[in-house]
Amino acid sequence: MVYLLLFYEFFKTGLFAIGGGLATLPFLYEIADKYTWFDEAMLSDMIAISESTPGPIGVNMATYAGYNAGAYVGGVPGGILGAFVATVGLITPSVIVILIVAQFLKRFKESRLVQDVFYTLRPAVTGLIACACFTTMSGSLFFPEAFGSFQQFSDVFNVFSLPAILLFAVLLFGILKFKKVHPVVFIAIAAVVGIVLQF
Amino acid sequence: MNQKAKLFDLFLTFARIGGLTFGGGYAMLPMLQKEVVENKKWATEEELLDYYAVGQCTPGVIAVNVATFIGQKLRGVIGGIVATLGVVAPSFVIILLLATLINHFAEYAVVAHALAGIRVAVAALIVSAIVKLWKKGIKDALGVVIFGVVVLLSLVLNVSPIIIVVIAMLFGILYGRVSGRKEGK
Repeated sequence: MVYLLLFYEFFKTGLFAIGGGLATLPFLYEIADKYTWFDEAMLSDMIAISESTPGPIGVNMATYAGYNAGAYVGGVPGGILGAFVATVGLITPSVIVILIVAQFLKRFKESRLVQDVFYTLRPAVTGLIACACFTTMSGSLFFPEAFGSFQQFSDVFNVFSLPAILLFAVLLFGILKFKKVHPVVFIAIAAVVGIVLQF
Repeated sequence: MNQKAKLFDLFLTFARIGGLTFGGGYAMLPMLQKEVVENKKWATEEELLDYYAVGQCTPGVIAVNVATFIGQKLRGVIGGIVATLGVVAPSFVIILLLATLINHFAEYAVVAHALAGIRVAVAALIVSAIVKLWKKGIKDALGVVIFGVVVLLSLVLNVSPIIIVVIAMLFGILYGRVSGRKEGK
């Protein structure tokens, strides 16, 4: 029964992939290895699609992988069922764990131990988010791998993407200045600029 | 602070957040600050930070973890499930459409250019989100030091976030014991 297997495999992925969407990748490679549902080439397509559509990447991956696995045995209807089963499988363990942790936190919110833990945890997580931001930036504003081929001054334009940095500065100014504007407005502006200037 | 949030409102709000987030859990942060903290006042900046911290070291996708947390806080178990389904729904539908209709969506030049632009906006949005978090999460010199050490560990030494979170927690307990910080701070 492929759908039970799908649920089981993605439940396992959801349970053991700790720390966000890309942590699901090793598990997906394992699934690709073990079953004929999708292969590794399709996985890289999946990553591209997950990164270029809205929503959590891990969820996108589960939906897409589930669709391919289901469609492999049952065409389009099978694919839709597979997508559903895989997605629900992926999120079930984390929902259960969080519901338990949330109850626990609610009860012990004022306790000394929980207060102590979050006192140092907040700056640490802010640091982690800053690092994630830096990683996002390094792909679109500057290209660290080009540092190696740095030979003359004009190569500086291979390392830094000037239009992207300008856009970044203007957007950041706008975001900090016009606090009432919804973030999606800036995303839309950036998408248009990206198309017009051929980013 | 939170009047009973309607389940439908909870679902719609998280569907909106899920549908407008490009690039995973951290990219969702500016959307959450706007919708959940500023517009609906369902949670504070500090609580968001705490949810991210827990999401970092619990299984599953962080965006889902945060949605479950906020839903649970507002309407209990049902609320947690509804918010989670909301945050997942848009991407589920979009991926299904793409998988059935357009196979090589990501290869179109227009899509690639738009996404390159969007990534710049996401970076700028996360920077502004960090500015807000900094004000709430980092209150003293110790906080600045922890922030710096974490950036060093993560960016330079590539230490896994889970390990960093666990170390930070243990350090918090130790520091609390040693300094004898007052309860309820």
